[in-house]
Amino acid sequence: MSPPSVQSILERDRLQDLFDVLHRRGYTVIGPTVRDRAIVCEALRAASDLPEGWEDVPEAGSYRLRRRPDKALFGFTVPTNSWKEWLHPKRLKLLGAGRDGEGNLHFTPGDDAEPPKLAFLGARSCELHAIAIQDRVFLGGTFVDPHYAKRRANVLIIATNCGRAGGTCFCVSMNTGPSVDGRRTPFDLSLTELLDDSGHRFLLEAGSQTGTALLDELPVREVTTRELRAARTLLDNTASQMGRSLETQGLAETMLQNLDHPRWQQVADRCLNCANCTMVCPTCFCTTVEDVTSLTGDHAERWRRWDSCFNLDFTWMHGGPARQSARSRYRQWLTHKLATWHEQFGSSGCVGCGRCISWCPVGIDLTEEARALRAP
Amino acid sequence: MPPKPKLAVWKFASCDGCQLSLLDCEDELLAIADAVEIANFAEATRHFEPGPYDLSLVEGSITTPHDATRIREVRAQSRRLITIGACATAGGIQALRNFRDVREMASVVYASPQYIDTLATSTPISDHVKVDFELRGCPINKRQLLEVILAFLHRRKPLVSAESVCVECKLRGNVCVMTAHGTPCLGPVTHAGCGAICPAYDRGCHGCFGPKETPNTAALAAQWKTLGASPAEISRAFRSFNGYAEAFRIESLRHE
Repeated sequence: MSPPSVQSILERDRLQDLFDVLHRRGYTVIGPTVRDRAIVCEALRAASDLPEGWEDVPEAGSYRLRRRPDKALFGFTVPTNSWKEWLHPKRLKLLGAGRDGEGNLHFTPGDDAEPPKLAFLGARSCELHAIAIQDRVFLGGTFVDPHYAKRRANVLIIATNCGRAGGTCFCVSMNTGPSVDGRRTPFDLSLTELLDDSGHRFLLEAGSQTGTALLDELPVREVTTRELRAARTLLDNTASQMGRSLETQGLAETMLQNLDHPRWQQVADRCLNCANCTMVCPTCFCTTVEDVTSLTGDHAERWRRWDSCFNLDFTWMHGGPARQSARSRYRQWLTHKLATWHEQFGSSGCVGCGRCISWCPVGIDLTEEARALRAP
Repeated sequence: MPPKPKLAVWKFASCDGCQLSLLDCEDELLAIADAVEIANFAEATRHFEPGPYDLSLVEGSITTPHDATRIREVRAQSRRLITIGACATAGGIQALRNFRDVREMASVVYASPQYIDTLATSTPISDHVKVDFELRGCPINKRQLLEVILAFLHRRKPLVSAESVCVECKLRGNVCVMTAHGTPCLGPVTHAGCGAICPAYDRGCHGCFGPKETPNTAALAAQWKTLGASPAEISRAFRSFNGYAEAFRIESLRHE
């Protein structure tokens, strides 16, 4: 049973209190900030690190920051990087191996440190859905990823409703946003930024016992009916602003029935097979395993790191890579993401965050590709 | 104890930067000297041991008739031959001559060009002899050099990925300079290995490591055009340290 919904208002100038409460509880706050002319998620020290007065303009193959007329802190859409890097590390030591003085082989554990307690501040609805997908990938099957499991257990989520959609957003099509829904994607606290004539404040809602306890420690006041209505209107507006759309009805079948569609070659002609889309995708999870040895040859380590189905080595088997052409690699990625993912993990692998569109150096748009595949 | 493998370092037309990467392995240098016998390495010692050698590291490109003969001698004395750097794997910056008439250039540069004994082209080592592994970069990355030596010592495949520089950018946490800043960048077609240095300092990739596996240079060039690069700029970008590597050479010619 989910805890009763508790909604309260926290004023903008008391947002630092949220950081203080989280820090007292031993959490490192991971959230959005401005770096290198983009919104990136990283460890934040204080509320003043948040991207005040900035918004992003994501388009196909292009991303720009611009000043907002107001001082909104969450006025952007999604950060350049997704939260997956804190749950599914880019690089991870799996084990060490060595020989003792008598030549006996012995193994040492890899990264077995207790993961830090992290508070994800600003995770959007699409991103919560992405985390839920990776939960199914890493925790849902017969083989549970212990590295993901222990990190995931230490994360507190402060979800954030979207007050604005970007040019590459299509969460409405994917039924993953823009408002967070605790029944589908649990959170500890949700936050809706309200900025109008009556001031700059946050509507907070507890979604767990921890969230309720956090609210108890914060200088919040009761929410007014007018503020609840403002929040509702804001989210309705966001839902109507989606820059992209994707018709998902019958999409999986269409794609799998069109594996020889000429469009695959057309997109391959544009595709750089650079792997950016898979790196920024919040659900892509593939890794490779690499062994390193010491100069003396008495010590070896096994490391796991992010890999991509766009890399040739990804399908290297005896004799060479199975998917040599860019066409076969792009097709593999898109059909997995939008079609076979359903069969494998019970949902689409796409949450409509739009990152693969914005961060593709040549602006390949998967919604456009999916549409083209429907045409004969 | 079995004798240590003999290592030789050879120089052809090059700046010596790549072989200096070996000396640059400061912390590991003593361990390397323990693991192999450095039998020929003019940048490090005048001591010279005759061949044959277990591992030859070859730097530089073939630009003279004498080079073309000497590389065959090196190959004949080497159990394994690994080329290091853009000169040895792609002809280097001196392969710019391959796009011009070298005699004409020599007549402009030298007061007495009749003394210049040179080939019309600067070519990679693999155009002349069998090469066991090519390590990319201008200059090479010393970590990768160490990895290649290690892999040789332990008889395994070197862990050198041919993926794009983009992957290194993402692993490093760089914001993409091409999409976020509109900076033309060669990263999407360039072989990983440097650790994405230039984008980390707010610059586009210069392609020092040459073409990646299956590079789509035409699609990248089209995007450069959209970002405002002129054909001459595109041609020049592809035609630098690795300009004679096939994919970069073809793309540079397309925009000439």
